[in-house]
Amino acid sequence: MMNLSRSVALISLFLLPLLSFSFSVDNPTDRRVLVLLDDLSLKSSHSIFFTTLKSRGFDLDFKLADDSKLALQRYGQYLYDGLIVFAPSTERFGGSLDSKSIADFVDSGRDLILSADTSASDLIRGIALECGVDFDEDSSAMVIDHSSFSVSDGDHTLIAADDLVKSDAILGKTKIEAPVLFRGVAHSLNPTNNLVLKVLSASPSAYSANPSSKLSSPPQLTGSAISLVSVMQARNNARVVISGSLQLFSDRLFRSGVQKAGSPNKYEKSGNEQFATELSKWVFHERGHLKAGSLVHHRVGETDEPAIYRIKDDLEFSVEILEWSGKSWEPYVADDVQVQFYMMSPYVLKTLSTDKKGMFHTSFKVPDVYGVFQFKVEYGKLGYTTLSLSKQIPVRPYRHNEYERFIPTAYPYYGACFTTMAGFFVFSFVYLYHK
Amino acid sequence: MAAVESLPPGTPSAMRNAFGTVLSALILVLIGVLAFSIRLFSVIKYESVIHEFDPYFNYRVTQFLSKNGIYEFWNWFDDRTWYPLGRVIGGTVYPGLTLTAGTIWWVLNSINIPLSVETVCVFTAPVFSAFASWATYLLTKEVKGSGAGLAAAALLAMVPSYISRSVAGSYDNEAVAIFALIFTFYLYIKTLNTGSLFYATLNAIAYFYMVCSWGGYTFIINLIPMHVLLCIVTGRYSPRLYIAYAPLVVLGTLLAALVPVVGFNAVLTSEHFASFLVFIIIHVVALVYYIKGILTPKMFKVAVTLVVSIGLVVCLIVVAVLVALVASSPTGGWSGRSLSLLDPTYASKYIPIIASVSEHQPPTWPSYFMDINVLAFLVPAGIIACFSPLSDASSFVVLYIVMSVYFSGVMVRLMLVLAPAACIMSGIALSQAFDVFTGSIKYQLSSKSKDNAEDNTSTKNAPKDDASSGKTDKGEEVSKERSSKKGKKKEREPAEKLSVKSKIVKKKALVLPLEASIVALLLLIMLGAFYVIHCVWAAAEAYSAPSIVLTSQSHDGLHVFDDFRESYAWLSHNTDVDDKVASWWDYGYQTTAMANRTVIVDNNTWNNTHIATVGTAMSSPEKAAWEIFNSLDVKYVLVVFGGVIGYPSDDINKFLWMVRIGGGEFPHIKEADYLRDGQYRIDSEATPTMLNCLMYKLCYYRFVETDGKGYDRVRRTEIGKKYFKLTHFEEVFTSHHWMVRIYKLKPQKNRIRGRVKKLKQKTSSGVSSKSVKKNPWM
Repeated sequence: MMNLSRSVALISLFLLPLLSFSFSVDNPTDRRVLVLLDDLSLKSSHSIFFTTLKSRGFDLDFKLADDSKLALQRYGQYLYDGLIVFAPSTERFGGSLDSKSIADFVDSGRDLILSADTSASDLIRGIALECGVDFDEDSSAMVIDHSSFSVSDGDHTLIAADDLVKSDAILGKTKIEAPVLFRGVAHSLNPTNNLVLKVLSASPSAYSANPSSKLSSPPQLTGSAISLVSVMQARNNARVVISGSLQLFSDRLFRSGVQKAGSPNKYEKSGNEQFATELSKWVFHERGHLKAGSLVHHRVGETDEPAIYRIKDDLEFSVEILEWSGKSWEPYVADDVQVQFYMMSPYVLKTLSTDKKGMFHTSFKVPDVYGVFQFKVEYGKLGYTTLSLSKQIPVRPYRHNEYERFIPTAYPYYGACFTTMAGFFVFSFVYLYHK
Repeated sequence: MAAVESLPPGTPSAMRNAFGTVLSALILVLIGVLAFSIRLFSVIKYESVIHEFDPYFNYRVTQFLSKNGIYEFWNWFDDRTWYPLGRVIGGTVYPGLTLTAGTIWWVLNSINIPLSVETVCVFTAPVFSAFASWATYLLTKEVKGSGAGLAAAALLAMVPSYISRSVAGSYDNEAVAIFALIFTFYLYIKTLNTGSLFYATLNAIAYFYMVCSWGGYTFIINLIPMHVLLCIVTGRYSPRLYIAYAPLVVLGTLLAALVPVVGFNAVLTSEHFASFLVFIIIHVVALVYYIKGILTPKMFKVAVTLVVSIGLVVCLIVVAVLVALVASSPTGGWSGRSLSLLDPTYASKYIPIIASVSEHQPPTWPSYFMDINVLAFLVPAGIIACFSPLSDASSFVVLYIVMSVYFSGVMVRLMLVLAPAACIMSGIALSQAFDVFTGSIKYQLSSKSKDNAEDNTSTKNAPKDDASSGKTDKGEEVSKERSSKKGKKKEREPAEKLSVKSKIVKKKALVLPLEASIVALLLLIMLGAFYVIHCVWAAAEAYSAPSIVLTSQSHDGLHVFDDFRESYAWLSHNTDVDDKVASWWDYGYQTTAMANRTVIVDNNTWNNTHIATVGTAMSSPEKAAWEIFNSLDVKYVLVVFGGVIGYPSDDINKFLWMVRIGGGEFPHIKEADYLRDGQYRIDSEATPTMLNCLMYKLCYYRFVETDGKGYDRVRRTEIGKKYFKLTHFEEVFTSHHWMVRIYKLKPQKNRIRGRVKKLKQKTSSGVSSKSVKKNPWM
């Protein structure tokens, strides 16, 4: 037995480095990425983007979109952790791949970068629709902006967009100074859908129309309702980037200088490279991925978790939250994590204080209400994975012997009781034995 | 018996009394055996299981008590019911039954009889019905002698109304409460007859046991004051009455306040006010009698005017204060159930949750015949017998029957209170009738054998004396027993006066002809035989179904429907321990006890809003229902459906109550939306609201697959909407006969889709697809 367990330990020691490279809950960064291309020439025209990915340790597998051997999974196991679809014109994927299997891929917690372009196929639109993104119905429409286009080209369909989402988690701490060049199709999001988010929005003067024909009717998509690049984080924290422009990732736009029309600032290099790189870091879980330990609570002065609390108990609550840095779990530092003590509605809502080592804690008094409560941590910060933790704990009323035995204000009544008893005794005595 | 011993031994009457005592003891034992064994049909025909709904809760509580002890039980906060509110079981339950069964179990185990808690619970009710028939004997004996007592005890042992609540397995509060009720009345009458403070104390303790056992104790605490008031008004005030009443109010109220579920209600709610009012009155009356004794008549008159004027003022003030107090509370201080007793239409008008329970409905005439059978005809005779002569005790039973007839007319459940009264009355009637008939037969036979030479008029009286001598002897015995025990000579006089009076009455009684007596006797025996046959039939057929196991007899043999236990077992084996199961409140107790899963509402209907929430969810369309259930952390929804096998008390038939109760709290649910021209229907004429509500969908999902037509055998019609899909719920379990169907709430979609069907519409000219409302769930 000893030998066996030792050998098992030895084997697992050998396997450990291998295991640690694979995608898992403990190691959420993607490793194996499938890249689907329309045309293998894209591999060279977008080489900078792919090279940065490779240099970050991703294992890219380039395939043509109509490759007849395409498969995302084999024997029920997914072969890839991420998927990049740079095939806007593909009408049908080869092999077993279709829009549903890509949706299932996302539902299994894996990530997707999808790029459409002008004249995107119904297949690509269908995948985007599954993720809550509606591309402009007119297949020949492009985003046109007569005020914030790039001067260098003089073409009003090459947008110089600088309306970026303000989130360090998605776009990194370094501010993207130069505008991002964009040429492609517009899409819109359903405002009630809280899972999708505009990362790069068009300026208020933009609209979506066919640039080669005259406008006969007002365009359906206008202004900042147009989203150029959007992200979606599913409820299982799978991440999706949807871009309306494939050129955005191209070497040409990465390298080109940019000057926004009407702006004196001229940049040597567009913001595209930084934007694409940072976005890929987010989508492949190198940033903004949180995990929480279990919710720990106990009475003040005790260490064990009780099975039930009493009303008005003082309790201490703590939870450990860690952030994935791409290589290791680092303590997460924030001052906006809150805990609810919840029974149909929150009875206590407290902001947790952090010790900068990942532990968040607070203490409070159980409300004077009994019932089955929950400790709830609902943390959905922009760009971060959603933390939704809850733990059920009943709260009981006082036991029969936990009430105050003698209440000071009631002393007159106690006195009245005993004097009546004594008086009755004396009265009986006098009545019976007098005379 | 003490009376027998006190008589000089050897005399023939003493011998006869000794024989009578032994015989009646034997009869009582047999009555006990009868009461116990007639209730075992359910065990023989089905099995030894707990029945119905409430008994399951009591069983669960008893299990907890036997496992954790009385203090844990007292402080039990149950987090598995009424999620997420929880329920303080120790403070909201009448603990009498549980403590009784728990004690029996503990005693049996400590003398090494290892019965399971379930067995003890199953057989508690039959055991206590034997006790109840003995208590009836004691009570009736106090009223009209032991002959009437035996007859009443025998009748009570098998009265169907009581059997319906006390068959083996029917482990409910009423099982012990009826015994407690009768025994309390017995002790009250005993105190009234003896004037003994000892019995008065016992009476208070018996009353305490009753308060512990059943909410019906308010019947006692209102009936006894009424009787006291009746005695005072009819000029029957005596120190015995005072002793019977005053200690009961003081001690009884103190003791009742000790029961957590009653607590301060014992002095705060209107149900108890009558007793306090009469308590004041009896003191005033006692004072008047006392003053009358020490003052000269003239002085007394002066005093009376003085006291009455002052007393009136005081009374007015007290009444004003009481009225003000009562009026300040929203329901006038009366709880809903009590109000519906006074005004039978109250509940159905204002409290759907009370009106929805079938046992809170007024009974129909056939149910009287079903439940008390021939007693209904004997009761008037008994009342007449009670008036000849009218004593304190007999006036009490008359009052008891009058009140209980009224209450049983209000609520079918209170037939149970009527049953003992009817048995006592019928017992008195039967015993008196037998007395008269056997007496005249005896007289006629003896007068035939005797020489006819004697004067007719003189003989007419003499044997009559003979016939009634046993009776009067007994009356004297009773008085002797009292006096010998207590040594109170004063007590003897009124009792003897009483017996003398009865002697005179007896003498006046007519002697019937021999043939008439024999025929009447035979008819009476036949009547009794019919009663016995009816009772045995009722016990065997009507009242022993446990309602968790159903059977049906058809041409190809017996069918057993064990769907309830099948599905509760499924729940307990296939769901997580902390999962919450939502169902209509009827099935709450069973789910917690049998499946051990947390429920949202149960049969203890203490929180109307919570029940209304579940009712609203059941009457809402799928999406709204999903949101309500999800906010309550519900994982599974359980519905009971009888359409496949024709089980009438299913959720579709209860559904209008869910709508009413839900609509009472959440006005967007309107009953009219579920009715087509005032008719409740589920066929193709049903309203769209009805066809789209959750209850309809959960009951009839895939129903058409059973027979291809969707024919509902309870409603006897084809259902209105046959083919539909569930969007927010998925079927996880359907029992063998489709009686129980369990659904699981689908989790939220991982992604929210964009505009639905846009791609398809694009090809067929761009009809404004923007106006299509997005359903994020599709």
